[in-house]
Amino acid sequence: MDWSFPPEAEEFRTEVQAFINEHLTDDVISSTHEGTIHNWDFHKKIADRGWLGGAVPSELGGGGKSALEMAVMVEELQLAGAPIDGMGVAIVVASVVLELGNDHLKETIVPKLLSGETLVSFGYTEPDSGSDVAAAQTRAVKDGDEWVINGQKMWTTMAHIADYVLLLTRTNTEVPKHKGLTFFIVPLETPGIEIQPVHTMGTERSNATFYDDVRIGDEWRIGDIDGGWEIMKAALKYERGIAGGQFPSPPLIDAFIDHAQTTERPDGSSIIDDPVVRERLVRALIDVEVCRGFAYNTAFLASEGVMFGVEGSMTKLFASESYKKHSKWFIDMAGTEGLLYLGEDEAPVGGLLDEHFRHAPVTTIYGGTSEITRNLIAEGLLGLPRTR
Amino acid sequence: MYLRLNSDELAIQDIFRSFFESECSVERVRASQHAGFDTGAWERLIETGAPGMCLPEQIGGGGAPLTTGAIVADLVGEFVAPLPFIEHLVASRLLASLAPDHDLIPALISGEKIVSLALQPTEDDHAKLVPAGAIADAVVALKGNDLVLTSEENTASLLRNTADLPLAHQMLNGAETIASGDAAMESFSRARSEWQALMAVALTGLGRKAVDIGVSYAKERYQFGVLIGSFQGLQHGFASSITGVEGSHFLSNRAITALENNSDLGEKLAGMAFLFASEASLNASAASLQYHGGYGFAEEYDIQLYYRRAKGWPLQLGDPGVEYQRIANLCLPSRKVA
Repeated sequence: MDWSFPPEAEEFRTEVQAFINEHLTDDVISSTHEGTIHNWDFHKKIADRGWLGGAVPSELGGGGKSALEMAVMVEELQLAGAPIDGMGVAIVVASVVLELGNDHLKETIVPKLLSGETLVSFGYTEPDSGSDVAAAQTRAVKDGDEWVINGQKMWTTMAHIADYVLLLTRTNTEVPKHKGLTFFIVPLETPGIEIQPVHTMGTERSNATFYDDVRIGDEWRIGDIDGGWEIMKAALKYERGIAGGQFPSPPLIDAFIDHAQTTERPDGSSIIDDPVVRERLVRALIDVEVCRGFAYNTAFLASEGVMFGVEGSMTKLFASESYKKHSKWFIDMAGTEGLLYLGEDEAPVGGLLDEHFRHAPVTTIYGGTSEITRNLIAEGLLGLPRTR
Repeated sequence: MYLRLNSDELAIQDIFRSFFESECSVERVRASQHAGFDTGAWERLIETGAPGMCLPEQIGGGGAPLTTGAIVADLVGEFVAPLPFIEHLVASRLLASLAPDHDLIPALISGEKIVSLALQPTEDDHAKLVPAGAIADAVVALKGNDLVLTSEENTASLLRNTADLPLAHQMLNGAETIASGDAAMESFSRARSEWQALMAVALTGLGRKAVDIGVSYAKERYQFGVLIGSFQGLQHGFASSITGVEGSHFLSNRAITALENNSDLGEKLAGMAFLFASEASLNASAASLQYHGGYGFAEEYDIQLYYRRAKGWPLQLGDPGVEYQRIANLCLPSRKVA
């Protein structure tokens, strides 16, 4: 096995590291603590480097960054704790539109997405359909040249700062659920759309969005009528390797090591000298190396042009489950002070331990719960019977 | 970057898979469990050139990289082979690196004589619980600051144990000193890392097979009128098991590559891979055993062979808690005085 990245990817790594040193300031990181998991200035700077367009596959007219270069970029940004949700959305939606969208969408949306000026919120999940995403009930009905949309979406994160929503709707109730779906990219300023905040335990802000007789033209449809599942599959395809989620723990581990090195227990001993702390830190560092193996494997597969599925599922499962475990360990090992909230002067490492503890549970839920992910591994890799 | 075996490596894997299928069937493994060693299988292994494959060509070895040794180690794990392939490979490389002209080298390269290494700290003239100590013709041990070799006729008797291993104490009186001081310590440390990384690979092969045994059973066994493999309680356990094993696969092979390239990360990654593989393979074996129900506990079923070896193989290095502390000292910063 050859574990080395090609020279151009290593050079790009150096460039990304320099970019992070210059632009990922404490202000950028702390801006996301206000709830919105996106920083426009930082996002725009990534776009200005051409990295959003660079990530779009060259056969779609993108800038032709290789899969291994993208892997390096996403790794470095995650290790540094940069807010990259918006980056993933921009790259994924632009790629899907370029592959399967009409000219109107390509001209209206893609340039603004890749220049970092606009965002699209994902509108898949509904109050009654989460993991079972194909059970969506939001209705789109043709009325002359227009579509009329009624329904509700949950977890339309970033909708309050985005201009569009990538909306999964039901256009046919007479066929099996996967075959009656249609996607639209709906401008969020369209009359009839209401956005309500959903505040999370992790102090993030997400949204519920409501659609009441929303009328849009057919030019906003993406993919075939009743062909929405193809768009869903394309979105998942482009999400691979871009969406992050392989390295959630390093910013937490770095913060805790800093705390443990400089903090004494009431008996005068240093936290970093405690063998229990040291074993747990090593266990966490091992988990990160395991994540690195998984992440490099998916990068390798992408670089070979292999469509991977279950390999990504294992990465996601392991990274999020181990992160949740780490978040629990490290808040414990800071003692009662670990509970202190962001902004409290006495909070260890600025309250990050509390923040990670609150944030971690969402990572084993969004993008496919651990339970659904285990189902996919059991079926896809081990050939066990499908039970849903 | 290329994270699969290349075509040459696949060919090597095919050859050795055939070897293990014919020489290390589960019947043979069971037949040799009291000796912890299958003499006939070792004699056939000699014919493949495997014992000396990773020794330098200049002294008559196969000149293969550690990555080739790892291909065989993975199969050793998959077949829970009663062969001291890893110990012999590591100990003979250690001896060859320090004393390439030693009289014993040609017989070690051919495999006619077996060498192992003591992984426990030695006490006085005593190396305790030496891996393959009951069957080895020679043992390398670190005694104080000296690296010593004992190659007297082996009269040590096997100590019966969890994993059917040929463990035995070895007396070191009369052992010859091969190297001393830093050279001895550094070479031994390197050998220990190689053992850890190859053991991590073997445990990965063991864990993968343990999942396979459990999954196969779950696809045959009916309860409540349905296949037990249709129960999500089992499916999720298997999915977690195989995820751990795959994680172990990539980390252990990265450690092997780092050692082969003499990377600064070699020692750390070998230790990490070893610790992770130890847990992943035991978790996988324990879950598969559990899903067999009562049969999993029965001697007749093979999964117990894997469960016992998943614990016994890595424990030859001693308490993993001590190893975690050693890795901590390699990777963690020290206290900052305010």
